[in-house]
Amino acid sequence: MPYLFPSAEWVAQLQEAINHSAAYASSAKTWEGDFYFIVEPGGGLTEPVKIYLDLWHGQCREAYLVQGEDDKKPEFIIAGPLETYRQIFSKKLDPIQALMSRKLKLQGNMGKVMRAVKATLDLVNCAASVDTVFPSTL
Amino acid sequence: MWFFNSPEIVYGEAALDYLDELVGRRAFIVTDPHLHALGFTERVADHLRRAGLEVAYFAEVEPEPSLETVRRGAEAMRDFAPDWIIGLGGGSAMDAAKAMWALYERPDIAADAISPLVKLGLGARARLITIPTTAGTGAEATWALVLSDPAEGRKLGLGNRETLATLAIVDPALSAGMPPRLTADTGLDVLTHAIEGYTSSWRNDFSDGLCLKAAQLVFDYLPRAVADGSDMEAREKMAVAATIAGLGFGNSMAGLAHAMGHALGAVFHRPHGAAVGLYLPYTIEFIAGGGAGRYADIAHFLHLPADSEPVAAAALVATIRDLMRRIGAATTAAEMGIAAAEHEAALERLCDLAEGDTQIVTSPRVPERGELAALFRAAYAG
Repeated sequence: MPYLFPSAEWVAQLQEAINHSAAYASSAKTWEGDFYFIVEPGGGLTEPVKIYLDLWHGQCREAYLVQGEDDKKPEFIIAGPLETYRQIFSKKLDPIQALMSRKLKLQGNMGKVMRAVKATLDLVNCAASVDTVFPSTL
Repeated sequence: MWFFNSPEIVYGEAALDYLDELVGRRAFIVTDPHLHALGFTERVADHLRRAGLEVAYFAEVEPEPSLETVRRGAEAMRDFAPDWIIGLGGGSAMDAAKAMWALYERPDIAADAISPLVKLGLGARARLITIPTTAGTGAEATWALVLSDPAEGRKLGLGNRETLATLAIVDPALSAGMPPRLTADTGLDVLTHAIEGYTSSWRNDFSDGLCLKAAQLVFDYLPRAVADGSDMEAREKMAVAATIAGLGFGNSMAGLAHAMGHALGAVFHRPHGAAVGLYLPYTIEFIAGGGAGRYADIAHFLHLPADSEPVAAAALVATIRDLMRRIGAATTAAEMGIAAAEHEAALERLCDLAEGDTQIVTSPRVPERGELAALFRAAYAG
């Protein structure tokens, strides 16, 4: 069954995919850092959507779709349009290339992200493994 | 949207004379102690002085330059306030010069923060010229740089599109004195750049032709350059091949052999070119075994059997191994003098380093942990 991106159900599926990924558990075994992933308005979204992920030693300890006010102060914020996320999840766009070409904007320690490129790839693979439908394709 | 980055390239016989026309006030040469002792610094400084520039130098770059060396070089640069920075040497000196330039202009950042994801704003105080003295790294034409962090025992793959030289001077006379072993090792680096640049997941129409041509030049001229260092046609073709491959992979990235080679270099301190060349045939077999790669294109261009991807990959691997034997290169880690017990004891560390290397994710087939360990073991014994 396909899950709408972005939605609370999709985020729950992503958390499950991460926590069942042996590849991510291995490549991110030393990673400590949480994120907001912001999906900017456009392509069927009328307002920004924020997803929180707490990634810790190869596991996703917490994941939810932010609704209303949120008191988290994540170490990293990644923001981009829905279309960019769609291209990344379908493997048409490399996430590092998306960051370098500013299709995705990153706030946080860039060097720390660049030292975890395999973990980044495995995280994207987890997202790509979720059966996803996007608003504009409904 | 994507980019193709290239310096202006002055190449061929007497290309170094181009420095006589340089416009500026002060030039700062970054090189290593060995080249300095051999007179390379003075040779370049003479040209710069003829152009009316005041010259200073930092000749303390070690192989696999450390974050500390780069910090000291940038401090010396700030005291001298150059408007031209010259990276003179192999990959280590040119990479160190790129990093020192970034820290000279941006004293507010640390070297390990030179990331492709940030805006550095370089060029306000100085510009960079790269002058290779080997025919291998291609660092004269790339923005990427590799430093080492001795505290963590790892190599750091850094760089930013702004850390690209304004001008690269490729004068084959500068690499003519390389001994056969160094010629062979650096030549394998060129070949690995060319093949991984062509098969990388970041490959593009701009870099493809460069990578194919560079590979062809290596097969045609590397054995000659190794056999007879005074063969200036072979020297010039290899110098050009190195820069062409640098332009190619610098715009499409390398791959798995580089990730593994960097790991081996960090743990066992073997020469970069020998290390990446060692892994090249094994990684081609691994990638082709998963149905990935574009080896038929490469094989076709080199007039090798190319009826299918498996056939082409096998032919390419056989041709690379034949080349390695002809130039006396190690085809296993054991042949590099690494003891079996030491290699086995370091296996987890090797895998950790390779998985943390920026080049691994652009491989057309990215190994899982167990596959990576198996690859290291396969390349140990052959």
